Amino acid sequence: MVTVDNVTRLDKKLSKPTVRAVKETRAYTAFRVVNATLLVLIAAITLYPFANLAAQAFSSESYINSGQVTIWPRGFNLTTFQLVMSDSMFWRNYQNTVYYTVVATLVAMVLTTTYAYAISKYRLKGRKVFIGIAVFTMFFNGGLIPNYVLVNELGLRNSVWAIALPNAISVFNLLVMKSFFENFSTELEEAAEIDGLSTYGKLWRIVLPLSKAVIATMILFYAVAFWNSWFAAFLYMDHRELYPVTVYLRNLIAGATSVDGAAGSAEATQIAANVKAVTMLLTVLPIVCLYPFIQRYFVSGVMLGSVKQ
Amino acid sequence: MSTQDGVTVDGTVAAQTTVDRTQRAAAPVAHGAGPSGPRDRADRRRREGHVTWGRALRRDWQLYSLLVLPLVFFLVFRYVPMLGNVIAFRRFRPGGSIFGEEWVGLHYVRMFINDPTFWNVFQNTLVLGVLSLVIIFPLPIVLALMLNELRSQRFKRIIQTISYLPHFMSIVIVAGLVFQLTAMRGTVNQVITAIGGDAIGFMQLPEWFRTIYISSEIWQTVGWGTILYLAALSTIDPQLYEAARIDGANRWRQTWHVTLPGIRPTMVVLLILNIGTFMAVGFEKILLLYNPLLYPTADVIATYLYRVGIGSSQFSYATAIGLFEALIGLTLVLSANAISRRVVGASLW
Repeated sequence: MVTVDNVTRLDKKLSKPTVRAVKETRAYTAFRVVNATLLVLIAAITLYPFANLAAQAFSSESYINSGQVTIWPRGFNLTTFQLVMSDSMFWRNYQNTVYYTVVATLVAMVLTTTYAYAISKYRLKGRKVFIGIAVFTMFFNGGLIPNYVLVNELGLRNSVWAIALPNAISVFNLLVMKSFFENFSTELEEAAEIDGLSTYGKLWRIVLPLSKAVIATMILFYAVAFWNSWFAAFLYMDHRELYPVTVYLRNLIAGATSVDGAAGSAEATQIAANVKAVTMLLTVLPIVCLYPFIQRYFVSGVMLGSVKQ
Repeated sequence: MSTQDGVTVDGTVAAQTTVDRTQRAAAPVAHGAGPSGPRDRADRRRREGHVTWGRALRRDWQLYSLLVLPLVFFLVFRYVPMLGNVIAFRRFRPGGSIFGEEWVGLHYVRMFINDPTFWNVFQNTLVLGVLSLVIIFPLPIVLALMLNELRSQRFKRIIQTISYLPHFMSIVIVAGLVFQLTAMRGTVNQVITAIGGDAIGFMQLPEWFRTIYISSEIWQTVGWGTILYLAALSTIDPQLYEAARIDGANRWRQTWHVTLPGIRPTMVVLLILNIGTFMAVGFEKILLLYNPLLYPTADVIATYLYRVGIGSSQFSYATAIGLFEALIGLTLVLSANAISRRVVGASLW
């Protein structure tokens, strides 16, 4: 709030050293120009790899091989696209990605929502212990080998459960949901209770329908994480038909680099570069297309989580 | 009285209690369970901390039932593997118990202490961790301050949207882009040859790995890292800037004396979290990027134990290494938290 007193003092202060004020604004204007230019430059650098990727995907092999492709396709052609898209394994693995993402997100949402709702109730006896059980796992976890042994022992190899179960609850997401439920209107829940709804009824018929925004955010958090993940599938899937598209891509990249390193025929190298670019482009496309619409949910989710931890 | 019973926890609870009571007065026999006069309710609230487990379970059994599945998850997939770390001290036989067969004590610990490769990867982990912390940690603060100086909200939003994009990319894509840009005919070498240098085989030269790793981390994480700082910046009271202006502070001094102290709590919390994950340097990314030629700089504890454990099935040995790493991580986060609580009065819990 600006009081009258403040304004007059401010005016006096500003009107007295005129020369200095002018000098300062000039310096500040210069700063603003430099600042804006730098930010544009940063944005350009951020986008460059994507532009380069798209350019390579549509370029002919000879131009990539002679290092002439930057942000514009040279020797435009669609043959590599046809090549990649005719690979049935690529589509199969793409389908797997969709399937794994849907199942894993569903499991994660059920577990996260129920736990978050219960621990958001202050009257729950042992609440602190239940929160502690979850939070402790953020700072200490079993590690790679014990997890690997466990998943194998449970017989989850080569099934979607090897991906969905070990990562079912992200504690960060859990805390975001918890703080959302903590701020949920208690009047509504009390009213529902008077109408004879059980805890399940309240959660299912009152709380969840009114929490669509946070639920959408959580689904996006999980779905993007599972869509992008590769390591669990890489560890636990033994057959090519079971790979998600990220592992398909990983194997392509690893194969291509070994061709590079072994100084194989130039032909093999640049075909690999071309195929790689197209496969990567097809993999990032859904995320890049959805990105402008989902971005703000992510931002609000992160902020919500930072309120209380 | 009505104010007294609420203060125990916080404002939210106080509000809840009041609503609770008025509605109860309107519909006295809503709950079925327990007495319901205002006085009894208040008494019960006050004794809330001393409710026996039996009563709590009877009253809230539905809430507790919601906890069951997630607790099974935490138990099986988080706490059992923690206990599974005991195979660091017990010999593990494939197909046998996941908790190992017989005690061998510190055999595996002695093994990695005497393993020169271990100390090499330990050093690489420290170097990458320190570089990440020193170089990457301040950058989101700088970027957030730069964005904060923009007057056009539209321009600011566009830059933000672009800078968040890499965060959404799979690490496999990031690795693919790194290979593409650092290839012999890739963009980086195009620039080098254009200014008269010779093309460099970046992914075959260990001396380049750290630069490449840190650059790709900057590209992927800095934009997204600004979100919390921008949120903190927007909560700074405009009156403080005004007061600073009245005192004759220029833009730079305003930033130094108002803006930076304003986002200090955020900085401290993020610093503690970063220190906690200090040892867990981007395992998946390194696994995707490195090859045997790069081991001298690229091989870190996590990738080494991956090769030892999954690659050559020395489960017990790899677990001992992993446990060592996890304990360092836990110690780091606890001490960072304790120090910051004492020195700056901000902490995670």
